[in-house]
Amino acid sequence: MLNTLKNRFEQGYRTSKYPQEKIELWKRYRGRPQINKKAQSDLALTCAAACPQDAIDAQKKLIDMGRCVFCGTCERVSKGKFVTFTQDFEIAVSEKEHLSTDGSLPELATHARQHFKKLFGRSLQLRQVSAGGCNACEADLNVLATPFFDLARFGINFVASPRHADGIVVTGPVSRNMKTALFQTYEAVPDPKVVIAVGTCTLTGGPFRGSPEITEGLDNLLPVDLYIPGCPPHPLTNLHALLTFFK
Amino acid sequence: MNTAFLEVSNGVALPREQVPNLTFDTFRQEALDIVENGGKVVHYFAYIDSDTVRFMAVLRKDKLLVAACNAPDTYPAMSSQCEPFHMFEREIAEQFGIRPEGHPWLKMVRYHPNYMNRADVFNNHYADDIPGNYNYYSVEGQEIHEVAVGPVHAGVIEPGHFRFNCIGERVLNLEIQLGYQHRGIETLIPQVEAKRLSLLAESIAGDTTVGHSLCMAQAVEAFSAVIPDNGAHIIRTIAFELERIQNHVGDLGALSGDVAFLPPMNYCGRMRGDFLNMSLLLCGNRFSKGFIRPGGVVFNMNNEVRNILTERIIEIKPQVKHVIDLLFSTSSVRSRFEDCGTVSRSDAENLGLVGPAGRACGMPYDVRRCFPNEHYSELDIPENAEHSGDVYARAKIKADETLQAIDLIQSLLNNPVETHCVEQENPSMAPDSFVVTLNEAWRGEVSHCVLTDAAGKIIRYKIKDPSFHNWNGLSMSLRDTEISDFPLNNKSYNLSYCGFDL
Repeated sequence: MLNTLKNRFEQGYRTSKYPQEKIELWKRYRGRPQINKKAQSDLALTCAAACPQDAIDAQKKLIDMGRCVFCGTCERVSKGKFVTFTQDFEIAVSEKEHLSTDGSLPELATHARQHFKKLFGRSLQLRQVSAGGCNACEADLNVLATPFFDLARFGINFVASPRHADGIVVTGPVSRNMKTALFQTYEAVPDPKVVIAVGTCTLTGGPFRGSPEITEGLDNLLPVDLYIPGCPPHPLTNLHALLTFFK
Repeated sequence: MNTAFLEVSNGVALPREQVPNLTFDTFRQEALDIVENGGKVVHYFAYIDSDTVRFMAVLRKDKLLVAACNAPDTYPAMSSQCEPFHMFEREIAEQFGIRPEGHPWLKMVRYHPNYMNRADVFNNHYADDIPGNYNYYSVEGQEIHEVAVGPVHAGVIEPGHFRFNCIGERVLNLEIQLGYQHRGIETLIPQVEAKRLSLLAESIAGDTTVGHSLCMAQAVEAFSAVIPDNGAHIIRTIAFELERIQNHVGDLGALSGDVAFLPPMNYCGRMRGDFLNMSLLLCGNRFSKGFIRPGGVVFNMNNEVRNILTERIIEIKPQVKHVIDLLFSTSSVRSRFEDCGTVSRSDAENLGLVGPAGRACGMPYDVRRCFPNEHYSELDIPENAEHSGDVYARAKIKADETLQAIDLIQSLLNNPVETHCVEQENPSMAPDSFVVTLNEAWRGEVSHCVLTDAAGKIIRYKIKDPSFHNWNGLSMSLRDTEISDFPLNNKSYNLSYCGFDL
C-alpha cells in the first residue's frame, strides 16, 4: 500500500490544460504545411517529383494533406523555400477539397455541422473501426484515454459496441477483407451518425495507394463528416478535431 | 557443419548465383536436417525468376544458411514431420498455388488469390468474404460451446477473428484467423517507384516502424554500398531501443489493467507517451516515421537534442523502475500472472517462437547478440531467459528489457553523436543480388529478404514480422486456460495483425 502511494505521489498530476492553454510542439514536429507561393516553378516541380506520395501540385502550388504523410522530403529538397512544415497540429477539415492547401486552412469550427454540436456536443460515443493500415493511427487514438489527454473529461468516449455509438472513427485504407465488417459496423450504429476518417491511409490509401487490396479514400464507401490528416495524426490533432467539430 | 546450404551474414549482399541451387529433393532433405537438429526457419518462400517459380529458404543455427531450388507443382509437406515449416508452407500455397501434400493443417493465411492465376489450393472464390470456403476447427460434444470474436473488437485495436472452442469456462482450442489487414505490400513493393519504398517499410507495422525501416535500409545499403557513418548507427540504435521501451512499457500497463490493478496501467500509459515524445524529439514523429533511410538517418542528434533526451531519461528512469517494482511486488498481480497461459519449451521450439515470447520459454535467442548489426556489436546485450513460459515470464522479460534499454540509451548518450544526414535517398541497387537482414524488434526477430534482377530491380521482397511465428504461441497459451484469461494472455504477447497480414 505504501508503495502504491509513493508511486502515486511520484507520478503527480499530468493532465493537459489544452485547449484552454496552447501547447507548443517541438520544432522537428511536422504539422500544417506552408507553401511559399512565390517559389520558382522549377523548385515546385523538383519537390513534386521527389514527393513519395505525389501529394504536390506544382502548377497550382498546393499540397494535398490527404495524400501527404508529413515525411518532410519536400521541405528538405527545397531547403524550406517551397514547403515548410509548421508546428500547427490543428489541421482537421470537414470537406475533402480543403485538404488541398497552400497552408491556409478554413476554420474548422465554422464548417462544423451545427446540428452535430447540438446532438453530440455534451456526449459523443464513438466506435473505432481499424480497417487495414499499420496500427499507428489506432495507437495514437488509444493514447487519448491516457491521463495527459483524458478524453473522457470532455464527454467523449470510445465504446465497445456500435449499438452504443453515435458514430464511427475509421483508420486504415479499408482493405478488401475488412469492407464487409466496416459496412456492418456502420449499419449497426443508430441514426443520426457521424463518420470520422483518421489518417492518410483512410483519406486516400496512404502509402498503399495503387494496391488492388485497398480502397483509395473512405469517402468512396461512406459519407465522411470529418477528415483528420496525418501519418498518424498527432493525438492533439485528433483531440482538436473532436473538440472543435462537436463541442 | 556439413550442409549444402551456404553460410551468409546478416545484411551482407551476395550475387544470386552464389546462392546454392539445389535439386528440390536435396533442398528439402537438407532443410529438414538443419531444422530437425535445432535450426530455425527465418524465411521459406517462393519467387519467380525469369518465369520459373523457385523456393528459397534462409535458416539459422549459430550461422545464417541459405539455399534455393526450382519449385515443383506439389511436394510432400515438410510440416508433417517438422513443425516449424507449418506457417511458411501455408503461405507459399496461398501466394503461389503450390500444394504441400500431407500438410497437417492446410488452411489459407491471409485470404487472397494467388499471384500465379493458378487453381486455388483452398478452393476459394474471393468474391465471398473471409474465411471463404473454410470451416473453423470445431470440437464436438454436448457441453461444448463456441465463442466467436471479431474482426471488429471491443477496444481500439486491429481486426482479427478469434474462435474459441470451450467446455464451460475452459478453452480447448483457440483458432486465430487473420488477413483482415492484408494490403498486398509484398506485391506492391516491386511495382512502385524507389522513392516510395521507405514509406512502405514504415507502414508494415507502425509500432515496429524502426524495426522494419532498419531491415529495408540495411538491405538497400548492402545492395548499393552506401554505408551509414558510425553516428547514424548509434542514432538508429537509440531509436530502435526507444521503440522497444515504448511498446514494452505500454504492454506492462495493459497487463496491469487486465488484472484490475489500475495505477500502473495509467502510469505506464502516460510514460509510454513520454517515450513516444522522445521519438518525436529525435525526428518529429512519435513512431519514428520519416527518420531512417538507406544511408543513415534524416535527422542528426545535435547537442540540444542530446541534452534534452538525456534530461528526460534521467527524470523518467526512476519512475519506470518504481512502477515496475510496484507491478511485480503486488501479490494480486503475481497471482494472476503466474502459471497463466503456459507454453512449454518444446512447444515453443516447434512453433519457432521468437523475441520475448521465446525468451519467456527459455530460448535466449536475440538478434542483437547472435547476429549484431548497427551499433550492437559494441554493446553488451544481456542474455535474457525466463523458464516458466507463462504470462509472468513474458511480462518479466519485457520489464527487464525495458530497464536494460534505458541503460543502453543512456550509455549511448554519454558522448556527442555526429552524423552526416542522408540526402540521396534512393541509391541504385546491385543487379542479380540477394540479401537477408535481421533485427531484434521489440516483438522479436524481424527480417526482410530481397532479390534483385539483372537491372537491379527488386523481383522479390519477402517480409517477416515476428508475429508470423508468435500468433500460434498465443493459441497454445490458451489451451486449457480459462477464457476470461484471454485478454491477459493476448496482451502478454501483444502481436501485430498488420505485420502478419502485410
